[in-house]
Amino acid sequence: MTDRSGVEVRLENLVRRYGTVTALDGLSLTLAPGELVALLGPSGCGKTTALRLLAGLEEADGGRIVIAGNDVTGLPANRRNIGMVFQAYSLFPHMVAWENVAFGLQMRHVSAVERKKRALDMLDLVGLARFANRYASQMSGGQQQRVALARALAIQPQVLLLDEPLSALDAKVRSRLRDEIRRVQLEVGITTLFVTHDQEEALAIADRVGVMQSGKLEQLGPPTLVYSRPATPFVADFVGLTNRMQGTVRGGSVEVRGTSIPLVQPDVSDGPAIALIRPEAVSIDGNGGTDEGPLVGTVIAVAFLGAVSRVTVDLGDTTVLAQLPTSSASQHPAGTRVRLALRTDPVLIQREEPAPTAS
Amino acid sequence: MAVAARSIHGTRRLKLQVFRTVVFVAAAVFFLVPIGAMVEFSTRGNSGQRTLEYWKEILAYPDMVQAIVASLELAAITSVVMLVLLVPTMVWVRLKLPRLSRIVEFVCLLPLTIPAIVLVVGLFPMYIWLGTNVSDSILTLALAYVVLVLPYCYRALDAGLGGIDVKTLSEAARSLGANWLDVMWRIIVPNISNAILNATLLSVALVLGEYTIANNLLYNNLQVELVHLGRANAGVSIAVAVASLLFAFVLLVVLAFIGARPRRMHRDPVAMLASPAVSSQK
Ligand SMILES: Nc1ncnc2c1ncn2[C@@H]1O[C@H](COP(=O)(O)OP(=O)(O)OP(=O)(O)O)[C@@H](O)[C@H]1O
Ligand SMILES: [Mg+2]
Repeated sequence: MTDRSGVEVRLENLVRRYGTVTALDGLSLTLAPGELVALLGPSGCGKTTALRLLAGLEEADGGRIVIAGNDVTGLPANRRNIGMVFQAYSLFPHMVAWENVAFGLQMRHVSAVERKKRALDMLDLVGLARFANRYASQMSGGQQQRVALARALAIQPQVLLLDEPLSALDAKVRSRLRDEIRRVQLEVGITTLFVTHDQEEALAIADRVGVMQSGKLEQLGPPTLVYSRPATPFVADFVGLTNRMQGTVRGGSVEVRGTSIPLVQPDVSDGPAIALIRPEAVSIDGNGGTDEGPLVGTVIAVAFLGAVSRVTVDLGDTTVLAQLPTSSASQHPAGTRVRLALRTDPVLIQREEPAPTAS
Repeated sequence: MAVAARSIHGTRRLKLQVFRTVVFVAAAVFFLVPIGAMVEFSTRGNSGQRTLEYWKEILAYPDMVQAIVASLELAAITSVVMLVLLVPTMVWVRLKLPRLSRIVEFVCLLPLTIPAIVLVVGLFPMYIWLGTNVSDSILTLALAYVVLVLPYCYRALDAGLGGIDVKTLSEAARSLGANWLDVMWRIIVPNISNAILNATLLSVALVLGEYTIANNLLYNNLQVELVHLGRANAGVSIAVAVASLLFAFVLLVVLAFIGARPRRMHRDPVAMLASPAVSSQK
């Protein structure tokens, strides 16, 4: 329908303080034209603040916002041409769905006939043409958020902002609607910033994922890279599950329980460290029997997740999570002894608290 | 099982029905008997026959007609000034200065705790100054009346604003290109129209019934004139009192209709049927 190529959006060194709290501490982020970037991070890390600054709903204490080459830092929200979908249901209660969608067009002085037509087109795009005459109170949460999406897109904004638009919905609706959002975003080709604290959501729909902590960007990259090559221990911890295992760094690799694993950043000094190992890098090598060994232990729990299962193994001084196909996990019920193997994919290490008791 | 449950349910419903009827009748008696008595008195002739003499005589007192007009004008001015002052302020405080909301509430409720006669003492010098320097029109009373109705209107509007997500709605409207005037006029006001109506009704009722301030500041509004007239001609004064009650009643009904109509007209009957749970919401 509205074939537009998106525009570039640049956040430069944004700072925002609330009293003594620094919500944004020099956030820099560039979105390529037409790209969907998901901002991921723990509660209170400044995701919403970043979005609100970009939308003009909040003023920056420092830094610049550049959209399509124009500095919009000082521009009020109503002159920025940005579409936004809020976490809270935000449809105007006194208007039916199509009137909601047409509101932005009315503000742009589009003629009544034209704006109704375009509103109905937008509702069609999100699959809600039948609901054009419903009030918000007559629609489900998911339907309301879809109308909100249509409303945000109706003004043909340069940028689309979504602040946890799915967090109030149940799991099934969430994943359906998230794919729907991605489809619409690709169809319209609009540069989009999507905020969420659900890593699965972020990894599933984004071109690139930005992981935030304490008002700063920790890593920005394609989902696969953020997951498989986390830039910092925080990212490794936050995105996906991680085993933290004691080890010793020696000459660019880390030795963990008799297995030598290369490091992501090899230029670190030797000494004790904690290796961050993904559960899917841990496999079961066979029955442990009565063997002793650093990687032999007892299965204490098996969590069935569908095609894969997550097995918790007690190694005596620590427990390790292994993720494997359910078919092989089912051969090792709780109580059996198993021998683990560690895949030698490059890992990150963490240097805090070199525990004195480490073997 | 099911039958027993239903009959218990039925008994309970019946009891509730009876209770409701009793309360309704009691309230009706409480309100209607005095009004009935007033109607009876104002239509009683010298020798016991029914007459509309007193009602016709109202027009023979030009001061009274003038006072009625003045009170109506005051009611209108007070309501408008109150709304123009209060609605944007309260919205703004909610959006931008939530820390001040306690203070604003306190200030708005303050007049409630000050007896009218004390207000008069404070207002008197101001009105002397106003009378000599600006205008001695009775309409200047609207200033005092805005203060008088503030607490009631604040409460009514606060309830209305509490019922919608002012922040999210106005931010959504802003991001869609609405300026503050549009936000106020097209988003906030339509969604608190009931509260605005209530606040207006309250201020109209208060102004039409106000006596103390007007009398002590030496203005002749409806109530003051009623008292004067009551001394001269009790029948006419009661007739005016009934008339003003009737007027207030008609006004309430008319305003309530104005307030209720637009939403109903918009409702889509098919959608209403499709989701009956929602139709009971408002
Ligand atoms: N209006 C405000 N007044 C004071 N502090 C605020 C305000 N808004 C946000 N903060 C603070 O700024 C920090 C960042 O908040 P923000 O809402 O951006 O977090 P978030 O990443 O969106 O978290 P969540 O995932 O919980 O939504 C928090 O510490 C928060 O307490
Ligand atoms: Mg948030």
